[in-house]
Formats: sequence, structure tokens, C-alpha cells
Amino acid sequence: MVSSTLTKPQMRGLLARCLQFHIVGAFIVSLGVAALYKFGVAKPRKKVYADFYRNYDSMKNFEEMRKAGVFQSAK
Amino acid sequence: MLSRAAWSVVLRRGGLGTRGKHSLEDSGKTWTRKMPPYTNYHAQRSYPMPDEPFCTELNAEQRALKEKEKGSWTQLSHAEKVALYRLQFHETFAEMNRRSNEWKTVMGCVFFFFGFTGLLIWWQRVYMFPEKPITLTDEWRAKQLQRILDMKANPVQGLASRWDYEKKQWKK
Repeated sequence: MVSSTLTKPQMRGLLARCLQFHIVGAFIVSLGVAALYKFGVAKPRKKVYADFYRNYDSMKNFEEMRKAGVFQSAK
Repeated sequence: MLSRAAWSVVLRRGGLGTRGKHSLEDSGKTWTRKMPPYTNYHAQRSYPMPDEPFCTELNAEQRALKEKEKGSWTQLSHAEKVALYRLQFHETFAEMNRRSNEWKTVMGCVFFFFGFTGLLIWWQRVYMFPEKPITLTDEWRAKQLQRILDMKANPVQGLASRWDYEKKQWKK
């Protein structure tokens, strides 16, 4: 009953290898998430706000709201 | 009480059929073992070396093997080493860590009880729930939405930004 010799498994440096894998992965994941957020959420949002306020007339907005009747102090 | 009678029958027979007996490859002998919870043996992946060996009642041949184990281990044949392992442990690591189909049963029962709860709540909605408060009726909610749009709530990216004030409809 002779079994064929198995390859010797990795005996040393297991924690180091695990740590390296996870440190590199954590770097990549966090930088990727940050980049995705910046270019997917933050940049478009700033653009939308800039476009909204470029030609914004606050008095016209106030008049519209007053005519609609939402104010108590200005009818 | 039915299960207690069945349990005592099982104990007297010394095990559940073939699971209670385990034969060596070359000697064809069987040994008896106590069923849980009468042993102290419980091995799991996180606690693989229990305090007691798996077989505590040894016949003469096994006692002789245990005596031989006290000597030099190079004198033991491969079959004897396997026999000693099987005396000490119920399953190998590969056997202990084998997959099972239990998750299908679990998920099936979970979904079944989700459905049952849904039926219960549906029945309660038909027969037990009181009238809706006035603020949840459709007329009130329409007036509420009109007031929110008049106040131009969230005009940049939110609700009022989706409303077309010239055409008085939602933006396409």
C-alpha cells in the first residue's frame, strides 16, 4: 500500500503571504472606491449645482412661491 | 415518548445500523461504541482534538494494539496506524469537512415561513386592520405633494427638479 509522495505544502511565511495579499487588495479596493465615488457622484453633483445656480434668480423664485401661497408672512 | 422508546432500542442495539459499526480493511472485525450523548466525544473543525478518544471500549485485539503503540512507532504497520487513528478519531479531516446539502433544506424552510407569514399578514389586512388615517388618503397626499412642489423642495437634484413648472407635469 505505497502512496505516491505528495508535494510538500507551503510551511513558512503563511501569515506574511496572507498579509501582503490583503494589504495590496485593501489598497486597490479603497483607491478604486474613492475614485469611483469622485468621478461617479461628486463631480456630477458639483456640475449640477453649478448649472442650477449659474442663472438663478432668487427674487423670481420667491415670487413664484408667494403666488402659490406657501408663505404666512407674505401673501 | 415515542422517540424515547426508539432511542432506547437504538442504544441497546449499540448503534444505528451500519453507522454504528466500522470495519477494518483487512481484519473484518467490528467494534461497538457508545452513542452520543453518552460519550464525551465531539469533534468539529474549530475543535478537532476532543478530550476523550472515540472508542473507549476496546476488545482484546485493540488493547494489544494500544500496548504496541507504547513502543516504537516505526514497528507499527500502515494498517495498524490506520486502526489506531480510527480508535482515536471518528472521522478524518476530509470526512469531517465534507459538504452537505443541508443549506437547501434551510433555505427551503426559510422561504416557506416567509410565505406563511405573508399569508398571515394578508389575512390580517383583510379582516383586522383599521381604516387608514386621513393623511394617507389619496386626496390628502395629492394636496401634500402639490404643497411640496410649490415650496420647491430639493430643486437641484431632488423632487422639485423633476417637475416641469411651465408644463405642470413631471419632466420626461
